[in-house]
Amino acid sequence: MALIELAGIERRFQLGDTTVHALAGLDLQITAGEYVAVMGPSGSGKSTLLNLLGLLDRPQSGTYRLDGRDVTTLSPDEQAKVRSAKIGFVFQSFHLVPRLTAAENIALPMMLAGIPAAERNRRVAKALKDFGLDQRADHKPDQLSGGQRQRVAIARATIMQPPLLLADEPTGNLDRHTGDEVIHLLEELNDRGVTLVVVTHDATLGARARRQLAMEDGRLQRDSARS
Amino acid sequence: MRLADTLRFARDAATGYPVRTALSVLAMAIGVAAVVLLTALGDGARRYVVGQFSSLGTNLVIVLPGRSGTGGFNPANAITSTPRDLTIDDAASLRRLPHVRRVAPLAVGTSEMAFGGKLREVMVAGSTAEFIPIRHFELAQGKALPDEDWNHGSSVAIIGAKLHEELFGATPALGQLIRIGDRRLRVIGVLKPSGQGLGMNTDELVIVPVALAQAMFNSNTLFRIMLEANSRDAIPAVKEAALSLLKQRHRGEEDVTVITQDAILATFDKLLGALTLAVAGIAAISLAVAGILVMNVMLVAVTQRTGEIGLLKALGASARTIRLAFLSEAAMLSAAGALVGYGLGQIGAFVLRQLFPVFPAYPPEWAVIAGLGTAIGTGLLFGVMPARRAAQLDPVQALMKR
Repeated sequence: MALIELAGIERRFQLGDTTVHALAGLDLQITAGEYVAVMGPSGSGKSTLLNLLGLLDRPQSGTYRLDGRDVTTLSPDEQAKVRSAKIGFVFQSFHLVPRLTAAENIALPMMLAGIPAAERNRRVAKALKDFGLDQRADHKPDQLSGGQRQRVAIARATIMQPPLLLADEPTGNLDRHTGDEVIHLLEELNDRGVTLVVVTHDATLGARARRQLAMEDGRLQRDSARS
Repeated sequence: MRLADTLRFARDAATGYPVRTALSVLAMAIGVAAVVLLTALGDGARRYVVGQFSSLGTNLVIVLPGRSGTGGFNPANAITSTPRDLTIDDAASLRRLPHVRRVAPLAVGTSEMAFGGKLREVMVAGSTAEFIPIRHFELAQGKALPDEDWNHGSSVAIIGAKLHEELFGATPALGQLIRIGDRRLRVIGVLKPSGQGLGMNTDELVIVPVALAQAMFNSNTLFRIMLEANSRDAIPAVKEAALSLLKQRHRGEEDVTVITQDAILATFDKLLGALTLAVAGIAAISLAVAGILVMNVMLVAVTQRTGEIGLLKALGASARTIRLAFLSEAAMLSAAGALVGYGLGQIGAFVLRQLFPVFPAYPPEWAVIAGLGTAIGTGLLFGVMPARRAAQLDPVQALMKR
C-alpha cells in the first residue's frame, strides 16, 4: 500500500509580479519502506516537495494522502499532530536547540507530544545508546562535532518512531567521512522499515537510493521506478 | 505539552539569555519596588497623622466658642477664637447630657513658672479632674486635680515631665510650692513623659484648676469644652444634644461650634489616603513601562528564536503550545521581577522604619496586591502579542532563518 499519494499537486509562489510554479501538476506515489532520493538543481522544487510531504507547506490544489488519509484539508493543529506521530525531519543545518543538551534535544518531540518524563527518559537512554551518543548525553550542541550533532538530530527525528523520515541535504554540512556515517545510519533505519526520502543535489548520494526522482522547474523529470 | 514541561521549557529559554532576562526582571522589580515603597511612605504618613489625632483621646466631641459659617469641619476653627463666651457653667451643664461619660472645660494661656531661682515660660491649661483621663494622660507621681466645685479653684498644679526635670532635677517636686504668674501653687502631681501631642507639648504643660486659670488670665471664657461619649455610636447624638443645649443656654443663638474627633480624623484619613493612591498611581506608570519592556524583550526573543520556533512546529508543536511557551516565559519574567521588587520594596520600607522609628512605613496590603497583580498582569498582557506572533510564524520561512 502506498504511504504517500500525491495527485495533481500545484504550489505557486508570488514573487513580485511573477508567479513561480514551484510544483506543477505533480503526481507521485511512494510505498511504505521505500528509499527515495529527490534530486535536481536549486529552484527545481525539491525543497518545496519536501516541505509539502512534511506538512510544513500546503498546496494550492491537488490532494496529498498520507497513510490513506487526506491530510491537505486538515487544520494546522491536526497537521501538527500528524507531524508529531508520523514524520521525522533531518535538516542540513541540524537545527538543534543550542541551550538544550543532546538528551533534551532528543526528548523534545516527546515533550511536545506530552509523553511522561519517565517514558521519555527510558526512550532517550535507549536512543543515545543506539546512536553511540551515551557519552555525550549532557553535552550542549556546541560541544559536539558535526557528525555527533547530526546523529542527535536523527535520534530526535526517529524518537517518535515515525513511518516517514524526510532528510533535507543531511550531509550538506559534513565532511565526506562523517557524511558517509550519517548516510549509513539513515540507510540502517530504512532497512528496518522506515520510509526514507532524501533531498540532495549530490549525485553519488542520490545514486545510493533505490529510487531516484529528478526534479526540474517543478515537474518530475525522471522517476527511476517508471523507466 | 504538559504544563510542567511548558514551564521548564520557558524557564530554560529565559535563563538561556541571562543578560536580557536580568534586565527585564530588573525593570519590573524597580516598578514593583517603587509601588511598595511609595505606598509605604504615603500610608505611613496617614498612619502617623491618624495616630497623633487618636492620642488626643477617644470618642471626643469638642465644643469651640464661635460659629463657623458653613457646616462641617473648617480648619480655621482649630486656631481662631472669638469673643463669645463659653463659660464654666456651660461646661457643667453638659455633664447632665445622656451618653456623656466625661466633660472637661479647658482654658489655656502662657505664663511664667518659677521655682528655686529658675524661671521659664510655660503653657498653662486650666481644667478639671477629668481632663487627664479624657486626654489619656498618665500621672508619674502624685494625684489628679481635686474633684471640687468647678468655679472654685484650689491653688494646686500638675506639671509636665520636662518641667519637672528642668526645675526640680533630682529633688522631689510633690508638695513643693511653685510660682506661676503672681500666684503660688502647690505641686500635687507630675505627668508621665508622653511626647508630642499635635502642637501641644504635654511635657511642658502645667495643669491647674479651670477657675484658677481663668482668674490668672483674667478671662471668663473657655478655650474648649471636651466631651467624651460613652461609645463611638453615641458621638452624633452627643454632638446634637450638646449643640441644642448650648443654643438653649445662649438664648437661642447658635454661637458655638461642635466638632467631633471622628470628622477631623476622617478628613485627614481621606486626604492622606488619596495622596497614597496618587503616589501609587505614579509608581504604577513605571510598572506599565516595565510591561512594555517585557514585551520588547519577548519580541526580540521571537525574532532571535525564529529558527527554533520553526523547528518546534516541524516536530509537531501546535500553535497553542508555542503560544503557551512564550506566554509562560513572559509571565515568568514579570513574576520574578515582581517578587524581587516586592523584596526590595520591603527592605526599603524596613530601612525607612529603622531610620525614622516614629514613622510607621508599612506598605498597605492593597498596594502590595495591586502592585504584584499589575506587574504580572502587564507582563502577561504584553506577552500575548509576541506569543501570538511566534505561534503564527510560517514553519517553512522560520526554518530557513537560522
